[in-house]
Amino acid sequence: MSLEKRLRDRGRKLLMPYVTGGITDDWTGYLRSFAAAGADAIELGLPFSDPTLDGATIQEASDAALARGATVHGILAEIEGLDLDVPLVASTYYNLVLRDGTSAFCAALRQAGVAGLIVPDLPLEEAGELADAAAAAGVDLVLLASPSTPPPRLYEIARRSRGFVYAVSRMGTTGERAALAESAGALAERIKQVGDRPVLLGFGISTPEQAVEAARRADGVVVGAAIMRRILDGAGPDDVGAYVTTLRRALDQESDERR
Amino acid sequence: MKDLAERGRFGDYGGRYVPESLVAACAEVEDAFREARSDPGFRERLGTLLALHVGRPTPLTPAPRLSAELGVTLLLKREDLTHTGSHKINNVLGQALLATRMGRTRLIAETGAGMHGVAVATGAALLGLRATVFMGERDVERQALNVFRMRMLGAEVVPVGVGSRTLKDATSEAMRHWVGATGEAYYCVGSVIGPTPYPWMVREFQRVIGDEARGQCAEALASAVPDYVVACVGGGSNAAGTFAGFVDTAARLVGVEAEGGAGASRGRLGVLHGFRSLFLQDEHGQISEAHSIAAGLDYPGVGPEHAYLRDLGRARYVTVSDEEVVAAAVRLARTEGIVPALESAHAIAWVIRAAGAGELPPGATVLITLSGRGDKDMSTLKELV
Ligand SMILES: Cc1ncc(COP(=O)(O)O)c(C=O)c1O
Repeated sequence: MSLEKRLRDRGRKLLMPYVTGGITDDWTGYLRSFAAAGADAIELGLPFSDPTLDGATIQEASDAALARGATVHGILAEIEGLDLDVPLVASTYYNLVLRDGTSAFCAALRQAGVAGLIVPDLPLEEAGELADAAAAAGVDLVLLASPSTPPPRLYEIARRSRGFVYAVSRMGTTGERAALAESAGALAERIKQVGDRPVLLGFGISTPEQAVEAARRADGVVVGAAIMRRILDGAGPDDVGAYVTTLRRALDQESDERR
Repeated sequence: MKDLAERGRFGDYGGRYVPESLVAACAEVEDAFREARSDPGFRERLGTLLALHVGRPTPLTPAPRLSAELGVTLLLKREDLTHTGSHKINNVLGQALLATRMGRTRLIAETGAGMHGVAVATGAALLGLRATVFMGERDVERQALNVFRMRMLGAEVVPVGVGSRTLKDATSEAMRHWVGATGEAYYCVGSVIGPTPYPWMVREFQRVIGDEARGQCAEALASAVPDYVVACVGGGSNAAGTFAGFVDTAARLVGVEAEGGAGASRGRLGVLHGFRSLFLQDEHGQISEAHSIAAGLDYPGVGPEHAYLRDLGRARYVTVSDEEVVAAAVRLARTEGIVPALESAHAIAWVIRAAGAGELPPGATVLITLSGRGDKDMSTLKELV
């Protein structure tokens, strides 16, 4: 089943927590706890040495995972046998894709059971080769849109993205923020006007209140740095799972109230 | 031959591999540059600044004593004599003028040796802009004099404490900062790297080196064109600017890299900092840290045009060791009375080695771009000489 259909079938506001692969010895425990806590998909970061779109927290997490010896193929081998009932969406930088070559990389994702792929340093114009390879392997290449994306381009992104559209809520890097950016809701609405793929808002969403606010205008949210901050501070799968549960409840409660 | 660079591609290299949030900003820079380069008013303003503020044209200096020792004829293109002391100012004034034309009020830059940072601080002061310069903590230490110069000129210097704490990480940090400031700030990239249009634009602003040298060689040499054209390569801007004046001649082009920062000589295909080119990386695709005594060459990649010239066989890329570089700096100082930047000394070092090994035929004519002066390296050299 396609990533988009799996997301739509959930019939609720979507929650996609993020974890950096290889961050601890038992990091796959986080995947299980996210699934149990009501995640609709999980973003799996494949750590890169130079994450130019990430703020301090995810940089630190990437460095820590690499220092532990994490590699793309090591991480994929660890998830291959896991029987999670939520789709995994890998995210990484294009250099790691090129290391294997686009076709081999996508085939390896597929083999490991990964449903989607996000590559933040690969904009529309450069994405053709990977989009073809991903389609051939049965992996959905998710494109990103940003507040600075002009209307005709936004239409192209919505049209060519697979699975969902990743809406970058703010002009900046990943990381926790005190408030959801003004630009977030407007961007989500603009994307929904030009296409009918689900829209997930990410970047700077860390509290249940921010998640609820974002999900009012988007189909769901991605939460990354707030989770990685907790993991870097020593929180285990149960603790982080409890945090994901609070996000889940807030999103569900909001939907119930609106009904 | 149509200039491939105008389309943002050099064969398989180049491109614009940036986050979606930077796509519009890069496109705006590209449009502004296309417009500016065909505007006679812009060219005239830049020409005036280069003449009156930078002191161009820079001389082409014979090096008779070192030439006699090596058995070849050396000509030095003296970018070390520019205001601020390196070729970086050529590019910065072009981009700073572009930034004002685009209505930006602040320049963002990365710097390794600090020469680009000093040039940016200078250009900003000259044109009434603010400047924020990112510099790896390791470089802040080893190029302390340049840090002070930048601050003296009113720039904000932001030390970068992540990763290798050198140029690679300073560049990443400058890009991260730009994502959040595209409306007000202009990213002034310091070499022929980065997303389209930077590799092309920076080479065009640096081609003044090669264009001047071509004319000067025509006067200085009976053959009009030298047999060899040699420049050091970090990202590759002084080399690209020099080569631009000679690609359509029979001169052999040689780019000299640091042994520990040899993107063109030892890199593999990859993407970093917005462009596709050759990068030093491990078997898993993680970017390696470069190591060079010259902070300005401490970069794991190389500009896309160099990767392309290498594949074509039009230019050759070679490496020299830190020891050869220090010896070359001392030798140039003591034979010609010129203390080169450690970056520039790479070019000298290769010529010394190649002449000694008989790789340069006796009597060969060799143009070397002396990209900068060595004042900034005194504290490093003091320990070694
Ligand atoms: C004097 C000097 N030469 C060369 C370089 C290397 O840069 P590029 O390869 O772009 O000329 C630098 C960079 O900092 C420099 O300061």
